[in-house]
Amino acid sequence: MKILVPIKRVVDYNVKVRVKSDQTGVETANVKMSMNPFDEIAVEEAIRLQEAGTAEEIVIVSIGIKQCQETIRTALAMGADRGILVETEEEVQPLAVAKILKHLVEKESPQLVITGKQAIDDDNNQTGQLLAALLGWSQGTFASKLEFTDDRLKLTREVDGGLETVSLSLPSVVTTDLRLNEPRFVKLPNIMKAKKKQLDIIPMDSLGLDTTSRVKILKVEDPPQREAGIKVDSVEELIDKLKNEAKVI
Amino acid sequence: MGVLVVAEHDNEVLQESTLNAVTAGLEINAEVSVLVAGQNCGGVVDSVGKVAGVSKVLSCEHELYEHQLAESLAGLIASIASDYTHILAAATSQGKNVLPRVAGLLDVAPISDITDIQSADTFVRPIYAGNAIATVQSEDTIKIVTIRPTTFDAAAADGGSAEIVSIDPHDDKQDLSQFMGQELTQSDRPELTSARIVVSGGRGMGSSENFQIIEALADKLNAAVGASRAAVDAGYVPNDYQVGQTGKVVAPDLYVAVGISGAIQHLAGMKDSKVIVAINKDEEAPIFQVADYGMVADLFDVVPKLTESL
Ligand SMILES: Cc1cc2nc3c(=O)[nH]c(=O)nc-3n(C[C@H](O)[C@H](O)[C@H](O)COP(=O)(O)OP(=O)(O)OC[C@H]3O[C@@H](n4cnc5c(N)ncnc54)[C@H](O)[C@@H]3O)c2cc1C
Repeated sequence: MKILVPIKRVVDYNVKVRVKSDQTGVETANVKMSMNPFDEIAVEEAIRLQEAGTAEEIVIVSIGIKQCQETIRTALAMGADRGILVETEEEVQPLAVAKILKHLVEKESPQLVITGKQAIDDDNNQTGQLLAALLGWSQGTFASKLEFTDDRLKLTREVDGGLETVSLSLPSVVTTDLRLNEPRFVKLPNIMKAKKKQLDIIPMDSLGLDTTSRVKILKVEDPPQREAGIKVDSVEELIDKLKNEAKVI
Repeated sequence: MGVLVVAEHDNEVLQESTLNAVTAGLEINAEVSVLVAGQNCGGVVDSVGKVAGVSKVLSCEHELYEHQLAESLAGLIASIASDYTHILAAATSQGKNVLPRVAGLLDVAPISDITDIQSADTFVRPIYAGNAIATVQSEDTIKIVTIRPTTFDAAAADGGSAEIVSIDPHDDKQDLSQFMGQELTQSDRPELTSARIVVSGGRGMGSSENFQIIEALADKLNAAVGASRAAVDAGYVPNDYQVGQTGKVVAPDLYVAVGISGAIQHLAGMKDSKVIVAINKDEEAPIFQVADYGMVADLFDVVPKLTESL
């Protein structure tokens, strides 16, 4: 089967972001950018399916500015076969992302789309579900295990109460949770090889899709800061503070 | 035209977070209807009918909805959506799974995990693991929104007398998804997201056996047990214990972080707690920057002592 893996370039998870003084967003200039960690898990899973003989081809898609090529190259260096960048300077919200992905799915006809459950920048947790709805496909969100049996996908999901297992028809959209796998490190020779892999660039405007933002961002602010408190030296002091000062026990 | 809240339940018990969603709904409009879709879920329908402020309960009983699968539930919700200005659910794993799918069916841009309602179309939500707070305005005619349960009070479970109406299932005989089974963590402790006290352990616990130290303290305090991602990844505790940006968000009166360094992804899930206690042997650990009471000590020393002294 063919697998499509949509990935997003985001501020690296180790960076503590700073809100811009004009309240339009967070500072991204000169900030380390990386592949969204959940998408990295998606890429890894696709590669493992290929190594297991379940998948033939892995196509990476990213939507955004031209620097997203670097992110796609990372996925290619991990082992994916080719990439597509839908290039735009605009902010593209999840519904528009899902519409673009639907267009690409119709062109590429993958049996499976695997992507991260959420991007760690806007924390939306929407794109996979939106895409599944637009395509009328099954959805396996928050996946921690995938098993292919005959023509269906047995998928274990992380849910609030524990784990749930569902059987999904194919094609399907899967979103990854943290415990699905541990992504591999990219080896230097593979970075060189990835430079030669096919990466097509499609201007977003050329697709003729409605990608306008429906959610207006009015402002972005700093969260209320929490003050550091005091250090206590003994268990007795801690209990005393919790009982008599904080009054929580 | 009012607000539709999608109830979360297991056919027997209503999830407490639905009560938080009802409160959010009432902030938007006094007319709040609640959809209870399930199988043999009459008890849930009755309890939703008693929730203060709910005007109407839409009950839809069919085997399609027994396990709350997104593929069938979203179709049902979308089929009745045009009667409402807003469709709300709690931002639980269930709400996050289903509501964006409803939005996709209706060509609406959903809004996730809001913490405040400024007006019928303007909402506040944390982004970047809570390191920035965005105020956003929806331009869609129907607003599809998940709410963060810890930031809205629970509606009173008693005192209401809603009208109860049955609605027809949405006719899609799709075979997209079938429920196969579940492995739910059994516990007699309070539920993590609504507990008044939470005791969480991190990588510093070192093993699942050592987590008994956390459990003993939790039991003394009648607390829920939580964990950092590192503790879950290491297999010390099940996945549903994870507190953080991509796990559960908690805001108890007291949060005790034991052997947890305080990465931003963890803080995102607990920094709205009223009082935070941190026990960590590294005095530089970032958790101390948000802790009201910090104790620089070996957890194996002080936690059993704490349990004993309480
Ligand atoms: C995409 C993504 C999503 C994530 N989502 C989450 C999330 O939702 N929740 C989450 O928690 N993390 C999340 N993380 C992980 C996060 O970045 C941290 O790696 C994690 O929180 C660290 O867990 P920890 O504090 O238990 O471990 P560590 O950072 O290793 O800290 C262990 C602490 O224990 C202390 N310690 C060790 N032994 C003792 C002792 N004997 N006595 C006292 N103290 C001791 C150490 O001093 C140290 O501070 C996410 C990461 C990514 C990339």
